[in-house]
Amino acid sequence: MAAILEFEKPIQELENKISELRIFSKEKGIDLSNEISILEKRAVEVRELIYNNLTAWQQVLIARHPERPNTSDYINYLFQDFIEMRGDRCFGDDPAVIGGIGRFNGRAVTVIGQLKGKDTKENLARNFGMAHPEGYRKAMRLMKQAEKFNRPVICFIDTPGAYPGIGAEERGQFEAIARSILVMSTLKVPIIAVVIGEGFSGGALGIGVGDRILMQEHSIYSVITPEGYASILWKDSTRNREAAETIRIIARDIQKLGVADKIVPEPMGGAQRDPGTAAELLGRSIAETMDELLDLAPEILLAQRYEKYRSIGNLAD
Amino acid sequence: MVLEAFRKQKQITVQPDAENRDIPEGIWSKCSRCSEVLLNKDLIKNYKVCHKCGFHFRLTVAERIKMILDEGSFREMDANILPVNPFKLADYERKISEARKKSGLNEAVVAGEGTIEGVPVVTAIMDTNFMMGSMGTVVGEKITRAIEAAAAKRKPLIIFAASGGARMQEGILSLMQLAKTVEALARLSEAGQLYISVLTDPTTGGVSASFAALGDVILAEPEAMIGFTGPRVIEQTIRQKLPEGFQRAEFFEQHGFVDKIVPRPQMKETLAKLLKLHLQGE
Repeated sequence: MAAILEFEKPIQELENKISELRIFSKEKGIDLSNEISILEKRAVEVRELIYNNLTAWQQVLIARHPERPNTSDYINYLFQDFIEMRGDRCFGDDPAVIGGIGRFNGRAVTVIGQLKGKDTKENLARNFGMAHPEGYRKAMRLMKQAEKFNRPVICFIDTPGAYPGIGAEERGQFEAIARSILVMSTLKVPIIAVVIGEGFSGGALGIGVGDRILMQEHSIYSVITPEGYASILWKDSTRNREAAETIRIIARDIQKLGVADKIVPEPMGGAQRDPGTAAELLGRSIAETMDELLDLAPEILLAQRYEKYRSIGNLAD
Repeated sequence: MVLEAFRKQKQITVQPDAENRDIPEGIWSKCSRCSEVLLNKDLIKNYKVCHKCGFHFRLTVAERIKMILDEGSFREMDANILPVNPFKLADYERKISEARKKSGLNEAVVAGEGTIEGVPVVTAIMDTNFMMGSMGTVVGEKITRAIEAAAAKRKPLIIFAASGGARMQEGILSLMQLAKTVEALARLSEAGQLYISVLTDPTTGGVSASFAALGDVILAEPEAMIGFTGPRVIEQTIRQKLPEGFQRAEFFEQHGFVDKIVPRPQMKETLAKLLKLHLQGE
């Protein structure tokens, strides 16, 4: 059972009622199927009503839902024979970034993604999906490896940002991110970047320069977290809800702004309610995208990639 | 709307009076590090470096042009691109107009062509007086155009970075300027052109994590604050005080991310030397 978010309470109440009626009907042997089906219909309607009218802050909560499928889940669902590759060959291995080779619909591909944990212990081990320079250097290494063996690259973005720490700075966080963006700019194989949860700052973009950017319906993407925006610009970290509305972070907006190419639908109520279906929908969208890209000669691929980023910000609204 | 602004580009030179714009008001300045009281006339003569402790004051674009480029050689490009406010934020609109007033600039970067000891270059110079040199759509566009101009005209490129990072008020569009500028640099590099990145105080966030980090040569001014995350955020995160000198230019030189720290009085001759060393083969 997925953890309930505050705004989902009305749905939960209906669901509780339904299960009470079920138990009651069983115990007393009374047929309540009519009442139950009315309530079930109502629950579906309420969920749709809530989920079709989410505020930006509610989207943030869904994108960060602890039970939302993470990179590791999607690797398990979508890739066969996955073998993880560790280390940046310079300093160490960054557990906040997972990468390796696997089969996607029969084709060998390279998969790289930030990996958040699902509980505190896992999150501590994975540093909450906040990468150090070695995470980006591992990603670069795996991308160059993919290029050598002509494998497409799929990147899963799920991070509040790159890690702000002493070691990260000493080892050149800024250089690692810049260099990784450069490597993606010139990589001769298709890159599909998918935002599956939250994507914030250069920390997200460090594995995000794709030929196509896909965003799951309830994922979010921006230059800074709403908390960061509120505390830096307004000196008031309690205004994070307002900041979420202000900076345009939801998938629909990111698509309108010409950054996200496709929005990948999620099961009603979010990916965490039905990870299997979420993975299936995501897999379908990645497969379609890959078909579009595999047909392109490397020169065309690179020219189109250049054009995609070159034109961002030429707002014609 | 923005497209239109971009199309209306004209080549104009920096107004002569603009070059003198930032001589500090009054006759005296106080060094913000050693508190020495300095005669402004002497301070300017000494490249805005404190003669007592060597502290490098931040420069305006006009001052930088004067100190680096041959006299009268600078021709500005894309001067008339005005700031944009894609999400129509009232706060941001206000900040933009304050910044324009304070800096006398249209945006946080000025790009153009000029010569350094006779060697033609394309240059882009950032200015912290305009919203801490932050990079939004227009800064990204101007930097990208400068990179493209260097490639098209086969001239070396020098960018003086001075920025707190990506401009938050333009959200994802600011973030994408990292990719845009770096993609352009990749092409410049393929064209075999020299790019010198000069890191000045401060170079952090999205600017350090994009074009500023990718020079063929990376120079820095003494004690410039450099890094991805600013020291305040790091201190808040790790809940400890950062050591003296952390993230300064000298720190990054030691850790292998800066080729050379160049005190400002030697900057022009160092750049000229580098430029001429790259002319040899041509």
